[in-house]
Amino acid sequence: MTTVAVPAWTRRRALALIERNFMIYRRSVTPLLNALVEPILYLLSIGVGVGMLVGTVPGVDVPYAAYVGPAILATTAMNTAFNQTSFGVFIRMRVEKTYEAILPTPLSVTDIAVGEVTSAMINGLLTSIGFLTLMAVGGLVTSAWVLLALPASLLISYAFAAGGLAVTTYLRDFPDFQYIQLFMLPMYLFATTFYPLSVYPEAVRPLIQALPLYHSIELVREPALGHLSWDLLIPVAYLLAFGSVAMYVATRRMTRAMLR
Amino acid sequence: MVSTHPLVEARDLTKVYPARGSTPEFRAVDGIDFALERGESFGLLGPNGAGKSTTMRMIAATSPISGGSLRVLGMDPMKQGPEIRARLGVVTQDDHLDNELTVRENLHIYGRYFGLPRAVIRERATRLLDFAQLQEKAGDQVETLSGGMRRRLTIARSLINEPDILLLDEPTTGLDPQARHILWDRLFQLKQQGVTLILTTHYMDEAEQLCDRLVVVDHGRIVAQGSPQELIHRYATREVLELRFRLDERDTAAEKLRTSVLATGGTDAEGRVELLPDRVLVYTADGEAALATVHAMSLTPLTALVRRATLEDVFLKLTGRSLIE
Ligand SMILES: Nc1ncnc2c1ncn2[C@@H]1O[C@H](COP(=O)(O)OP(=O)(O)O)[C@@H](O)[C@H]1O
Ligand SMILES: [Mg+2]
Repeated sequence: MTTVAVPAWTRRRALALIERNFMIYRRSVTPLLNALVEPILYLLSIGVGVGMLVGTVPGVDVPYAAYVGPAILATTAMNTAFNQTSFGVFIRMRVEKTYEAILPTPLSVTDIAVGEVTSAMINGLLTSIGFLTLMAVGGLVTSAWVLLALPASLLISYAFAAGGLAVTTYLRDFPDFQYIQLFMLPMYLFATTFYPLSVYPEAVRPLIQALPLYHSIELVREPALGHLSWDLLIPVAYLLAFGSVAMYVATRRMTRAMLR
Repeated sequence: MVSTHPLVEARDLTKVYPARGSTPEFRAVDGIDFALERGESFGLLGPNGAGKSTTMRMIAATSPISGGSLRVLGMDPMKQGPEIRARLGVVTQDDHLDNELTVRENLHIYGRYFGLPRAVIRERATRLLDFAQLQEKAGDQVETLSGGMRRRLTIARSLINEPDILLLDEPTTGLDPQARHILWDRLFQLKQQGVTLILTTHYMDEAEQLCDRLVVVDHGRIVAQGSPQELIHRYATREVLELRFRLDERDTAAEKLRTSVLATGGTDAEGRVELLPDRVLVYTADGEAALATVHAMSLTPLTALVRRATLEDVFLKLTGRSLIE
């Protein structure tokens, strides 16, 4: 029914939307700094505070805060990217009507989706760099492999930006955002952010392992603790697949909704 | 691309909005044909809901067609949307300016959407700000602009890619008379420069001022087409006598007029009487003579005005309804 975008064109044209978003971000870094507030609070209260009681996690010989830090870094990338394509896109779509002006230009709906997801990935990378710097300053870096967290944060941002975009196409109005929180917050708390998978009974583990945040945390935490293995390809594959399915759903539904 | 083909060609063009929840499907455009030649200025004239915006969106390759055929710049909007859009300028019915950006940034980013180099955009933006008389506002957030300024910026923005065709959907609706005149002046200037225009309007004066050729649409169908003068000539009389009566007199007066020689024609072959909620229109070749007839019937209108016929009268004659309800 609608035009299938030529990939090469798409990449070039989507750049214009990224440029648009960064014309706005460039004005102030406040939103990016804000995105760091919550993870810092978690790191201090739970990583450092609760960590005083915990000492170390069984089988892990680093301080508790150094164990929790990489997981919070993963959630930082997740939240930054997800917020931009859920709240941000919803407002641009329904309130600001930003895309209405873009539709008559050569950009396709696919370009808009790609542009939004890419901007969100860049933001996810930036907040991850910020958080990693703070971790380093706080002495929570125990292995140089932690630098793999940066490409990992791009992949995490991709998965959650695409996921956010897909979810946004199902939202009717602002109150629907509550349902998103109903999923995001428990995932944040239970996807092995603050303790290892071994805490759960065998029967519950597959449930946790099905969560995208679980894989995101694995991908950042394992290298950060100096554990490199081919097993890391599992979260890589999971996040790529998750993001791509979400991207497919998002572009299809956005195209249908916008080209009426 | 030198071509003898029309810039836009629609044959039996149809748009059916699919059913949604409890709303049934809706045939917004019901088989229309038209062709647009380079350099002309073409108008879609019709009341709200006639299907004008829908037609514009199909031409702009932002709404898939449901039936018939449509070629824009020799291309198929369903298959070559981006290529077509690259060469169009589109002013949608509502201004969708980017509220998070300044006036100049709006022009800049729009140029970027068209893939233009920054230096080219800078040069064009300065010219367009001039054209839109917005030089002093260049650095302001668009939220601070008045309605007329927003509209001019939207038009300026649509010109950033130097389009082959400019589509304007109700360019002056909702603007005060002064702002409308400024806009007409700008659009007239574009027309003089040879820009091909398609515009929709429900203002007759606008259509008369800006369009070389018109189609009158109603309920998704074309009910008449031609130049403004042709349409007036064909569907209206040379003059119109507008009468207003006292409320208590209105109905009896109207009845009398309706059965009079003015309505049935008599010596005036074109004669006709239309009743509107607030006035009675008498179509006639000679307004003064018709007024004499009215007085001879011992009717005493509060006001009587003889004017030349407009497209409003054409629409009324074609559909039996006033254009702006
Ligand atoms: N997206 C849509 N979905 C369903 N119906 C629509 C949609 N857009 C317009 N319509 C209907 O189609 C008809 C024609 O609308 P439109 O093309 O906007 O008319 P105009 O611009 O002449 O006022 C109207 O009755 C309108 O309610
Ligand atoms: Mg309209």
